[in-house]
Amino acid sequence: MKEKPDVLQGTLALMVLKTLDVLGPQHGWGIARRVEQISGDLLAVNQGTLYPLLLRLENEGSIASEWGASENNRRARFYRLTAAGRKQLQAEARDWEQMAAIIARFFRVKAEDLP
Amino acid sequence: MKFLRRFFIRLSNLATGRSADQRLQDEMAEHIAFQTEENMRAGMSPTEARRQAVLKFGAAEAIREDHHAEQSLPFFENLLFDLRYAVRMLVRSPGFSFIAIATMALGIGATTAIFSLVDATLLHPLPYPHPEELVRIEDDLPGAGATDAGISIPEFKDLQRSGIFQYVVLEIFGSANLTGASQPSRLQYEGVSPGYFAMLGVKPELGHTFDPLDQTPGFTLDVVISDGAWKRVFGSDPHIVGKSLRLDNDSNRVIGVMPPGFRDPGRTVGERNTELWAAYGFSDDPARSSNRSLRLPLETVGRLKPGLTLQAAQSQLDGLVASLRKQFPGDYPADSKWTVRLVPLKENVVGNVRQSLILLFGAVALVLLIGCVNVANLLLARASARSREMAVRQALGAARKRLVRQLLTESLLLSLLGGVAGLVILFSMKGFLLRLIPESLPRLNDLSINWAVMLFALAASIAAGVIFGLAPARQAGRVDLAHALRMEGRGSKGSTKQTRTRRVLVVTEFALSLVLMVAAGLLLRSFWDLYKAPLGFNPQHVMSVQSWLPNPDDPKTDIYGTAAQEAAFARELLRRSRLLPGVQEAALGSEPSIPLHHDGNPSQLIVEGRQTESKQPPLVERSDVTPEYFHLLQIPVLRGRLFNDGDNENAPLVAVINQAMAETYWRREDPLGKRLRVGRGRVGVGLHARKTWITIVGVIADARTESLANGSVPQMYLSLYQDTPKELAIFLRGQLDQEAIPREVRAMVQSIDPELPVYGATTLDDAVSWSLEQRRFSMDIVAAFAATALLLAALGIYGVISYIVSERTRDIGIRLALGAQRGKIMAMVLRQGLGLAMAGAALGLVGSVIVSHLMAGLLYGVRPTDLLTFAGVAVLLIGIALLACYLPARRAMRVDPMVALRYE
Repeated sequence: MKEKPDVLQGTLALMVLKTLDVLGPQHGWGIARRVEQISGDLLAVNQGTLYPLLLRLENEGSIASEWGASENNRRARFYRLTAAGRKQLQAEARDWEQMAAIIARFFRVKAEDLP
Repeated sequence: MKFLRRFFIRLSNLATGRSADQRLQDEMAEHIAFQTEENMRAGMSPTEARRQAVLKFGAAEAIREDHHAEQSLPFFENLLFDLRYAVRMLVRSPGFSFIAIATMALGIGATTAIFSLVDATLLHPLPYPHPEELVRIEDDLPGAGATDAGISIPEFKDLQRSGIFQYVVLEIFGSANLTGASQPSRLQYEGVSPGYFAMLGVKPELGHTFDPLDQTPGFTLDVVISDGAWKRVFGSDPHIVGKSLRLDNDSNRVIGVMPPGFRDPGRTVGERNTELWAAYGFSDDPARSSNRSLRLPLETVGRLKPGLTLQAAQSQLDGLVASLRKQFPGDYPADSKWTVRLVPLKENVVGNVRQSLILLFGAVALVLLIGCVNVANLLLARASARSREMAVRQALGAARKRLVRQLLTESLLLSLLGGVAGLVILFSMKGFLLRLIPESLPRLNDLSINWAVMLFALAASIAAGVIFGLAPARQAGRVDLAHALRMEGRGSKGSTKQTRTRRVLVVTEFALSLVLMVAAGLLLRSFWDLYKAPLGFNPQHVMSVQSWLPNPDDPKTDIYGTAAQEAAFARELLRRSRLLPGVQEAALGSEPSIPLHHDGNPSQLIVEGRQTESKQPPLVERSDVTPEYFHLLQIPVLRGRLFNDGDNENAPLVAVINQAMAETYWRREDPLGKRLRVGRGRVGVGLHARKTWITIVGVIADARTESLANGSVPQMYLSLYQDTPKELAIFLRGQLDQEAIPREVRAMVQSIDPELPVYGATTLDDAVSWSLEQRRFSMDIVAAFAATALLLAALGIYGVISYIVSERTRDIGIRLALGAQRGKIMAMVLRQGLGLAMAGAALGLVGSVIVSHLMAGLLYGVRPTDLLTFAGVAVLLIGIALLACYLPARRAMRVDPMVALRYE
């Protein structure tokens, strides 16, 4: 049986920010679940890194959190994107696309293309 | 920005002790509950759903730790924790802490003290802006065997126009009589080009200095005085600027006072203590000359254009010299090989002392290192007592890295406390320590404990802490858990590996101590040889007192202007000197005739019939003396005759030379009857060679009157009545009252001429010991360091052997029970100590050979590989080691086998 790959180091933050951007405030489990769903259940979110990451993003000011009630009336801590976080997301998304484009070109390259 | 925000939030969490742990636990519980619900929706039983949820979530404790690490700053948190623990450990064993801190205080305090000396002299020798631009410019004539041969006025102008320098100034040192104050006194002055202070970049405290544009042909009458002269002579008169003072009967005007810390960057103590600066034009009498080959005994100093390196400036200068030699072949004959050399001005200060100071610094660093080794040894001994603690903590899951860090924190705390204690001691003993430093040690800065010095102390403390903490910390990391835990109640028994480390440390300690002791021994022998070297003259019961006849610019005011006028004065002075209480003999001489007087007076020498092709005559030390001089100092005549009263101002000129001069210039000839001519030397302003020939009438034995270290400096003497020097020394021999003589001589001199200053009274015995002062300083300090090192090494070996004995008590008990002789037990222990000491000594001897060659320049009369010193020091060291081992050995011998065996 093939193991699901863990989320690549450093990209989880981007995924968390994007998830919050698209779906609005979410609690920790919700974020983890959404990330897995969006990846088509191809990724497994390591919970061990999720909560320290959320705290770090909060300390950096990209997200904020408060207690609230979930859809089935459970007490849960909800995380939402701040203005700074939105800006950060845009910048990181841009960087990521650029990087992805570069990598894609490397994959396309053939020996005869090079001068 | 983001990083900073995160850092400050974490820092504030750390400071306030706020924890997000509860919040995380709640969140985790919710998370698992959500997952369980989802699993149940997928059809799992409640128990299975929860089990899977928890499994998926992972290790909760690890998440909590990571979360906490993100919340706070783990590095600082651990540091605080380690520090608290370290303080508790220090307080718990006060004896150990005291010894370790005291050792470090001694080492770091002494190292910092020497560093402040190094900082003020070697590292910051010139307290002026952009000191690296300041250079001395020296003219050499290697073809004529002359270095620093002086400069001609046209060459000076060439340098100014060369584009290499911002400023070029000429300077000449001298001294002048200051009259008009309460007591006539003599001031050390310096005649300088008007750009002098602008070149140094120093502003006056009061008034102004010369402007570079104040260029006049001859002398200006404006002078700048030092802070010292302002306070001493003028009582800190706030309105001094614009007042006039009389120097050698000339009236001068004070235009400025220099700030308190300002010292002149001269080459000798006298020059650095210059108290008065006068602006000279150097373009009219007595420096009126367009003759390129007339070299004046002036010093040239310059400031390079900004950004120009010394090498670049030198190569530009070489180009200039080459083109001048082509342009004026008559003035610069090819065989004189005229060159101009740039020397960093800082060499004036550091040139003579670099080696001594590096030696001192090296010695004190060795002491610090030995101190570190000793503390490391103590720590190791304690570490073995704590090995169980370490093993337990490791068994409970403490990372080795954390244990090492904790132990290093402990040793750093020790060394930092030691450093603080060292600085406190240094501050409180500052006055006492400053008095130990000889006046002859050149420095322009006041010694101070400044930021650089504090920073050095901090760095030294940290380095020391790491050095002595490393061995025990590494050791702790390597504890064999099973072994250590099984040894219940016998925690004091260390591993063999640890004993080996301690042995290595002791061997190192001995090797380092031996190096220091050899250095001290060699310095001691040099000093002793120098001290015992036959002087060639007898300084006992002799005092010299100085006076100075004015040398005014206006010949009409000069009452000592002619030889007849001065000779009459000298005879009267001599007659009255003989009448002073206790005086048996009296003589007069010029200032350079004072034995071991450090400002020499080399004069140009022209020997009849020997045309120096390069026109550059050699230089020879010259003094003027009255006939009584040689008898008073008991310097014997070898050939010919000494002066007599007939060699007066009306008689043909005669000279007496020493054996060294006869050897140098008349190796295979008889010097008697040979004729020569001399130029004026540095002292005085008459710069032209005398036209009259002088006949050599006698040869005296060599004496160490110029330098204690060199007994054969060529010297010549002229009759004082014929040469009439302005700077006079009065020599008195007899049962003299040292306290009364200066006063009596002053009264006597001023009864002849009340305007004359009297100063510089000293016994020749003092002059001899003064010239040994700098050597004695180095030797005393290195010897003190060596003694400290020896003590520390002895303590170190004592500790290790005691430890070995206590560790082997049972073993010794068994041997004794089986019938071993007590003497043999003792010999066995002593042999162990001896082995360590010998190994250390052998290593140390190798190190000593290297060090002693490096310090060869500081030695006198003893070779760097002096067998006696090396052997003596090694024997002493091993003797001390045996002594230190004797106590534990005796304890081993007295072990009671019953007690030792029952102890288990």
